[in-house]
Amino acid sequence: MSFLELASQNLVSPMVLFFALGLAAALARSDLSIPEAVAKTIALYLMMSIGFKGGVEVAKSGITTLMLLVMLAGVLLSFIIPVIGFFALRAVSRLSAVDAAAIAAHYGSISIVTFVAATEAVRGLGLPFEGFLVAVAAVMETPAILSALLLARRAQPAGQTQGEGESAGALIREVGLNSSVVMLVGSFFIGWATGAKGLAMIAPFIVDPFRGVLCLFLLDMGLVAGRGMREGARHLSPPVLAFGILMPLFSAAVAALLILPLGLSVGGAAVFITLAASASYIAVPAAMRLALPEAKPAIYLTLSLGVTFPFNLALGIPLYLAIAQRVGL
Amino acid sequence: MVQTHLKKRIEIILEAPALHRLTDRLNQAGVTGYTIVPVLAGRGRDGSWSAEGLAGDAGRLVMIISIVDAAKADDVLERVYTLLARQIGIVTVSDVQVIRADHF
Repeated sequence: MSFLELASQNLVSPMVLFFALGLAAALARSDLSIPEAVAKTIALYLMMSIGFKGGVEVAKSGITTLMLLVMLAGVLLSFIIPVIGFFALRAVSRLSAVDAAAIAAHYGSISIVTFVAATEAVRGLGLPFEGFLVAVAAVMETPAILSALLLARRAQPAGQTQGEGESAGALIREVGLNSSVVMLVGSFFIGWATGAKGLAMIAPFIVDPFRGVLCLFLLDMGLVAGRGMREGARHLSPPVLAFGILMPLFSAAVAALLILPLGLSVGGAAVFITLAASASYIAVPAAMRLALPEAKPAIYLTLSLGVTFPFNLALGIPLYLAIAQRVGL
Repeated sequence: MVQTHLKKRIEIILEAPALHRLTDRLNQAGVTGYTIVPVLAGRGRDGSWSAEGLAGDAGRLVMIISIVDAAKADDVLERVYTLLARQIGIVTVSDVQVIRADHF
């Protein structure tokens, strides 16, 4: 399928349309809202479902060389993308080193909801994908934070970039124990341990309602993104705005080259490229508030959630699918 | 008439990701108790914000209320300031009357 066919099919999917509804409602200042506790519960449900299903797939296939190589590629990308993003931002914008490092960390890490949206798009086309990509998503979450800390430290006088008395190890531990990561990884191992039998037992809860719940979460993401754009757009200069679109495309290209020799399936390649192109908006923003508190959250949250996430959801995923058709098996 | 005692009420509004660091500092300072209250929405120098629909901690604020003896207040505030100096937050201190002085 061509990019245009994939994009037009994607744009009329319920997921994208619910996101658009939330975005439009927030921009129009509607009182539509999802309570914070409900949003957190839905996020945990999504982590549980995707983690469990990924674990079941690995139980079927076992640990393979391909899985280890793709995980290694994911870690490598998560380290490298922030470095490239940092220097690109410093070259094209007037952002401080701390702001540039904080933004770069978001683009090196991943967005699990973008990942879920990509897996649904791949499933919608009837393409299989490797279940171990859930584990790849989990290992790509934190290396970017380390990269960003090193970049910010290098650019700032000693002692001005790290939280008071805070070590990088303690920070990584906090990020690694973030509720979404614990739920994703924990469910992955439970799915792995219990296999298809375990899945059959809880499928009515974690499989059947999944798409509907995802639509509800995307409605919420649209509302939050719309509110962020309304309040935060004035903090984004044109070069920073352009970075929010161009950086995912660059990351996608690097990811495609990296997995070219590995032999991932077309569906798996699309999901991996999407992971590399996505930007975090749950784990990394919280980590940045601790590690680089001088960085302005209005910039990195608005850019990640208000620009890159909608772009990836609407146009990025079909584009990454089109690229995957050329690099996947 | 019930006898009351003068204490200091320290009220801190702080971004949620740094909450555990703050409570660690309060514990280290020997604060005997505090209450954590969710904060719904508000407006600051960077515009309006709301906790509605947030799945993560970034962008969310919490309020911590603690009542301490006046002799301890300076030490508590210094420890709080080492954290708050670099985070988003507001600290206010006010005089309050309590009935059970030995609780604080």
